[in-house]
Amino acid sequence: MIEIKDLHKSYSTGNNSLHVLKGINFSVKEGELVSIMGSSGSGKSTLLNILGMLDEADHGSYTLDGVPIKNLNEKLAAQYRNKFLGFIFQSFNLINYKNAIDNVALPLYYQKVGRKERDERAMHYLEKVGLADWANHLPNQLSGGQKQRVAIARALASDPKVLLADEPTGALDTKTSYEVMDLIQGINEEGRTILIVTHEPDIAQMTKRIVNLKDGLIIDDTMVDQVKALSHV
Amino acid sequence: MFNIERWQEIFETIRKNKLRTFLTSLSVASGIFILVILLGFSSGIQNGVKSQFESDATNRIQVSTRVTTKGFKGLNPGRRLQMTNKDYENLNQKYEDQIEYKTSLYNTWGGQINYKEKQGSYRIEGAFPDQQFIENATLVSGRFINNSDIDGSRKVGLLGYQMKQDLFGDEEAVGETIILNNNINFTVVGVYTDPGGTREETRLFIPMTTAQKVFNAGENINRIAYTVKMSDSFDEAVALSAAMSQSIDQDLRTRFSVAPDDRIAVRVNDTLEEAKKIYGLIDTIRAVFWFIGIGTIIAGVVGVGNIMLIIVKERTKEIGIRKALGALPSEIIWMVLQEAIFITSLAGLIGLFFGVGLLELVGPQIEADFIKYPKVDFVTSITTVIILIVAGALAGFIPARRAANIKPIEALRDE
Repeated sequence: MIEIKDLHKSYSTGNNSLHVLKGINFSVKEGELVSIMGSSGSGKSTLLNILGMLDEADHGSYTLDGVPIKNLNEKLAAQYRNKFLGFIFQSFNLINYKNAIDNVALPLYYQKVGRKERDERAMHYLEKVGLADWANHLPNQLSGGQKQRVAIARALASDPKVLLADEPTGALDTKTSYEVMDLIQGINEEGRTILIVTHEPDIAQMTKRIVNLKDGLIIDDTMVDQVKALSHV
Repeated sequence: MFNIERWQEIFETIRKNKLRTFLTSLSVASGIFILVILLGFSSGIQNGVKSQFESDATNRIQVSTRVTTKGFKGLNPGRRLQMTNKDYENLNQKYEDQIEYKTSLYNTWGGQINYKEKQGSYRIEGAFPDQQFIENATLVSGRFINNSDIDGSRKVGLLGYQMKQDLFGDEEAVGETIILNNNINFTVVGVYTDPGGTREETRLFIPMTTAQKVFNAGENINRIAYTVKMSDSFDEAVALSAAMSQSIDQDLRTRFSVAPDDRIAVRVNDTLEEAKKIYGLIDTIRAVFWFIGIGTIIAGVVGVGNIMLIIVKERTKEIGIRKALGALPSEIIWMVLQEAIFITSLAGLIGLFFGVGLLELVGPQIEADFIKYPKVDFVTSITTVIILIVAGALAGFIPARRAANIKPIEALRDE
């Protein structure tokens, strides 16, 4: 599903150039649930941004579902993001003046899906994350866990190939974190490929594979016995 | 532009930000309001001035002589200069090619007119048939003085409308007999109106030849009036008229031996020259009003642009989210641009509506000499609407570009 070869990325800050990724080789098969771990500054967020086409690599190749991702202009990147990827953020990033169902329906709006079908599909995913009754609530009327579930429903709405989650539990307490992880595990069980960036070992243990990043290189890439989040709840 | 989904997005944003939208709209609406009022008044001034000129033909040249105030070539000041039929004929001959209508005039100020029991004092004016066109008079009933009246020195008269109302009320005047100065009977042949109003409608026109006989004037005349032939270009006509006026002035000064700088003794009044000055003034006023109005709108538009910039800044994160979810840059641009255009247009239309409304309401009640019917015409309204849409697009363009250039990765970075 994801194929990365010799990925380099550096940022220039004034006169200094900061080499963040120093040659990443990495591949993910369909249906995997992978966590990317590493301390702050290890390059894990940069990697996720490149995977998410929010940023572009200086060097190296990136293939997503057989499509080479290179020389993207803004328009193409937007279309690929919409078609291939679903994003889940630490701070949820819901649009605060839109209610839950409209937030979930937004990717479909950019796919030019009609309003009626959009609402039906958005409702379907809200039901899936257990928030059908909250469809008409604004984000500030929801708890943190509920917000993240709305965000997950939104990420799923466009039926993407890959879900990219950046510290999805970073702003949540432990109990809520496990509930969200349970939801993510469930989605993975249905066959969807998911990548999670996290620095919490317990969250990483709930995935099927842990990739460890340090100073811009992969130092460790191991399969793990998945811990079911439900057992903690 | 006609994407219903996008409109729904825009309405949603506006609904969620009522106060912000309201304040923005207010500045645009007041800008347009002021522009409309200014334009209304500039057209009012134009109408007012035009109607001042309408009382007589705008291409009139009027010649009159009075008393010299300066000595010249050994002649004393205080000489009365008297034009005669001969002078009139000489001028007619000399300027035949330039003249459109012509008349010489002999008038007295206080002529007493009686009809049955009613009487009044009016100005009596002897004139030629062309006077009708030179005075811009329109017949209400009957006919004007004609050439056979002149040839036969007939005792016929033409009443001004106001005069007819005074003497005859609602009765028919044509065919009736009025008595001048208690001893001469005149037959009324017609009634006229003059855009000059009451002052110009209280005159009795009689044939020039009759006037000279009745008032024992012999060959004497008081004034000469011409209209010059209009050429296609207004400026050309003005130049021609000015040249002719100057030439006539020169002729009379030579004829009567008048000092070149004696402005009182010989007067040649060139209406077209005056009109040109006033029209030039109107154009200037109009230009100044447009300038002020456009300036006000620019202030409003800069306000909208400013607020749109703030909106974009405020919505940086939201725009980043939208882009992460697959919004195309063009969609972001249109979202911002359309909102700006929509707000300016709607607010502007409200301003336009109130401006036009106020002019319609108050306009007819304004009765000053130089302001008449202040209103905006259809073309002006359409022009302001187009200005609005362009202004809205301009106001939204820079913020929209900035919004489209927002990098989702930077917008979404957690602080």
